[in-house]
Amino acid sequence: MNRLMRRIAGLALPIALAVAGEASAHAFLERATPRVGGTVQSTPERVSLRFSEPLEPAFSWVKVLDADGKQVDRGDKQVNRSEPMVIQVSVPRLAAGRYRVAWRAVSVDTHVTEGDFTFEVKP
Amino acid sequence: MKRSLSIVLCAVACGVAHEACAHGFAGKRFFPATIATEDPFVADELSLPTYSYRKFDASGEEPGTTESATSIDYTKRITENFGVGFGATYLHHKDEDGTTHKGFDNLAANVKYQFYKNDASETILSAGIDWDIGNTGAKAIGAETFSTITPAIFFGKGFGDLPEDARMLRPFALTGSLGYAFPSRTQSTTTDDEGNDVVERHPDSVHLGLALEYSLPYLQSFVKDSGLGEPWNKMVPLVELNLEKPVNRGGGPTIGTVNPGVVWASRFMQLGLEAVIPVNSRSGGHTGVLLQVHFFMDDLFPNGAGAPLFR
Repeated sequence: MNRLMRRIAGLALPIALAVAGEASAHAFLERATPRVGGTVQSTPERVSLRFSEPLEPAFSWVKVLDADGKQVDRGDKQVNRSEPMVIQVSVPRLAAGRYRVAWRAVSVDTHVTEGDFTFEVKP
Repeated sequence: MKRSLSIVLCAVACGVAHEACAHGFAGKRFFPATIATEDPFVADELSLPTYSYRKFDASGEEPGTTESATSIDYTKRITENFGVGFGATYLHHKDEDGTTHKGFDNLAANVKYQFYKNDASETILSAGIDWDIGNTGAKAIGAETFSTITPAIFFGKGFGDLPEDARMLRPFALTGSLGYAFPSRTQSTTTDDEGNDVVERHPDSVHLGLALEYSLPYLQSFVKDSGLGEPWNKMVPLVELNLEKPVNRGGGPTIGTVNPGVVWASRFMQLGLEAVIPVNSRSGGHTGVLLQVHFFMDDLFPNGAGAPLFR
């Protein structure tokens, strides 16, 4: 490693330390139940999304929509108190078909991400 | 309670939070920073370093040489959609006979304005001007004594709006730029070893950059969870194309490289690695390598150094 690279490494180190500190970031969807694009044999009790960052409950939401775009969840979305990276909403018994999960995630530093995916309930 | 209040105040201060705090996003699409080509976003970002290594064969009176380049680039938002950037590159040339030349290349500065964004179609358009500042680099490495100004337009388009039947293609995205570079001097006169005047002409040129990427994070989060784990679920394979076509003053043929590689993007930074393949013999005879460490300053310091100066 030449001298210049060592100096650059010296500059980058404080940033890397900041990364390990209290900084926050955009919340990315890491895992969903039911799985993104997946198929389930029966109605799940709830749709649950796990993000990469803790969420701000007041501004984050998740909705489950049927093929006509009608909201079919129970409207009780909730960020998990013990796991603030998880938001979930309960759903009633769903007929067979394809459903869309739409979400908006506001991380605690106000970065906003949004998205949607589908899952299918088998007959 | 205090924290909720601060969140509200911040969101209000941002205007619409989504607009204010997004960087590299159009709707649900996250575009990673491209390495070899300019991306369309106005953002607070730091590339530290970008490193390239290339080998060139002897050509005419020019000896064969290896070139390593180490760069730092910093971009800063002035307002939400207007930003400035600065860059410096340290070059190290080693000729076949063992002679070395090293020093900084000319400094670079740029401005960029993002004038269009459509979340539904994952589209972004921006325009900017790059200024390669003459006489700021070392003569030892042949830094130009004149400046080059390059106005350009930039675009980004994600394909998340493809129909359901083509959903596995939705993770694709294309970014690119088209610029016209013109030097501040059309020619330079130097004196060779025998005392003769040598006139070197400086042509205008068209610059085209394209980057085609397939986002595995997009696939996992919005299309089909295939069960990819770390580090694969944060990888974006891509191919970049960088072309330069002189258009006058006997500037010669098109030169450029095609760069297949991969970007791994995490919460605060991304790592990129690409091969640098010349598109023709005029562009070089050997495959090089390009790597980059890139920090998202707006994620690292959202309320400080990573925020726009004026909201």
